[in-house]
Amino acid sequence: MNTELKTIALNDTHIKMGAKMVPFAGYNMPVRYTSDIEEHNTVRNGVGIFDVSHMGEFILEGPDALDLIQRVTSNDASKIVDNQAQYSCLPNEDGGVVDDLLVYRISESKYMLVVNASNIEKDWNWIAKYNTKNVPMTNISDDMSLFAVQGPKATAVLQKLTDTNLSDIKFYRFDHGTFAGAKEVILSATGYTGAGGFEIYVNNKEAQKVFDAIIEAGAEEGIKPIGLGARDTLRMEMGYCLYGNDIDDTTSPLEAGLGWITKFTKEFTNSDNIKKQKEAGTTKRLVAFKMVDKGIPRQGYEIQNEAGEVIGKVTSGTMSPTLGIGIGLGYIDKPFDKSETPIVIAIRNRVLKALVHKLPLV
Amino acid sequence: MNIPETLKYTKDHEWIKVEGTTVTIGITEFAQKELGDIVYVEIETEGEELASGDVFGTVEAVKTVSDLFMPLSGTVDEINEKLEGEPETVNSDPYGDGWMIKMTLSDASQLEGLLSAADYKDIIGE
Repeated sequence: MNTELKTIALNDTHIKMGAKMVPFAGYNMPVRYTSDIEEHNTVRNGVGIFDVSHMGEFILEGPDALDLIQRVTSNDASKIVDNQAQYSCLPNEDGGVVDDLLVYRISESKYMLVVNASNIEKDWNWIAKYNTKNVPMTNISDDMSLFAVQGPKATAVLQKLTDTNLSDIKFYRFDHGTFAGAKEVILSATGYTGAGGFEIYVNNKEAQKVFDAIIEAGAEEGIKPIGLGARDTLRMEMGYCLYGNDIDDTTSPLEAGLGWITKFTKEFTNSDNIKKQKEAGTTKRLVAFKMVDKGIPRQGYEIQNEAGEVIGKVTSGTMSPTLGIGIGLGYIDKPFDKSETPIVIAIRNRVLKALVHKLPLV
Repeated sequence: MNIPETLKYTKDHEWIKVEGTTVTIGITEFAQKELGDIVYVEIETEGEELASGDVFGTVEAVKTVSDLFMPLSGTVDEINEKLEGEPETVNSDPYGDGWMIKMTLSDASQLEGLLSAADYKDIIGE
């Protein structure tokens, strides 16, 4: 694997805007501009722009593209129509998950898959392995920038830059066209914050122009650049999975709460075994919890029941800027996974009370 | 970056203010910036006699937990109780109201091993 740190197209722009840059998934990425908490609140209450250009994009084309996607992904991609996106995952053959991803149907014979930056090479090789009908695949990750404009004021800001009526683009739908003077832009009503807004895919050549236009258009609404730190706290408040933390090569999609994107209407990698697991029932489940005692759960901490028996492990944790308390996600043995079950988190030398909570947490 | 000349420093990004045998300890401007928003400071070693290098508490930012190390050997006399309710003071006033502990040195000669403001500036590349 190439260990040299990659840079995104607007690397220098972020540095000029005061970003602290850190290595993430092989890319030098803005983690914070001013304060994680301020940035988090900006997205929850106003509007912020994330540069998440490290994400990977593959184009699959031709009459057999859908067959290949159906073969490797767990959700039923035959159910989406042109200009619709779908959350899905790539199950492996051993019961785990290669990656989670978004499938965009651009046309009947053209799809875009959006994958995690850390898995670009792994996913590419995985899909290629099943590509027995030679579906033309193109990895456009290095040519594309991706800006997530998120928050309750996101639509108002972006509307200034396009004639398309953005309120007509429903959740998980997208539009493909000219935006802020740039051609071939995808405006997708998706996101990883739960705050609403759009994700904008643009070629690197036009990335600066589009980014600058959004910053200028959002001045009135107080738009701010947001780092990966706040992206993580925002997604945790919603209980969204992060690959590498909450799901990985060993976690079952059913145990991860991804049953809703696991459709047995077709065959896919390991579908027989996953179906058997569904029928037999799982023994643990990924759930969210809120701290009752003062303390912050972190990845790897043990989860216990009130009797002090180990019943699970924390996979993600933070201080919720919205709630002002510790929150987390973790796998918990049944029946302790039920909402409102009192649990205990072993935080270093102490044991602190928490409660299993339904999603979202805010 | 603010690195007061009157203080001593460690490579663990702590500052030390010496007043006779009583010293006050906190973390530097650089440290609070690197950590980001500090949301929790836990120090439960009041009254304990600790050796240089021992952990006297932890500081948690949104994303990270960091141990706080004793820069010197001695007894923890006082902890900054204000930080329990207002941990963000460490971000806003790291050299003032954001102090962490006051301690009595076991041996004053230890002070010779600390860094000057100029030495510390070199370490953080200022």
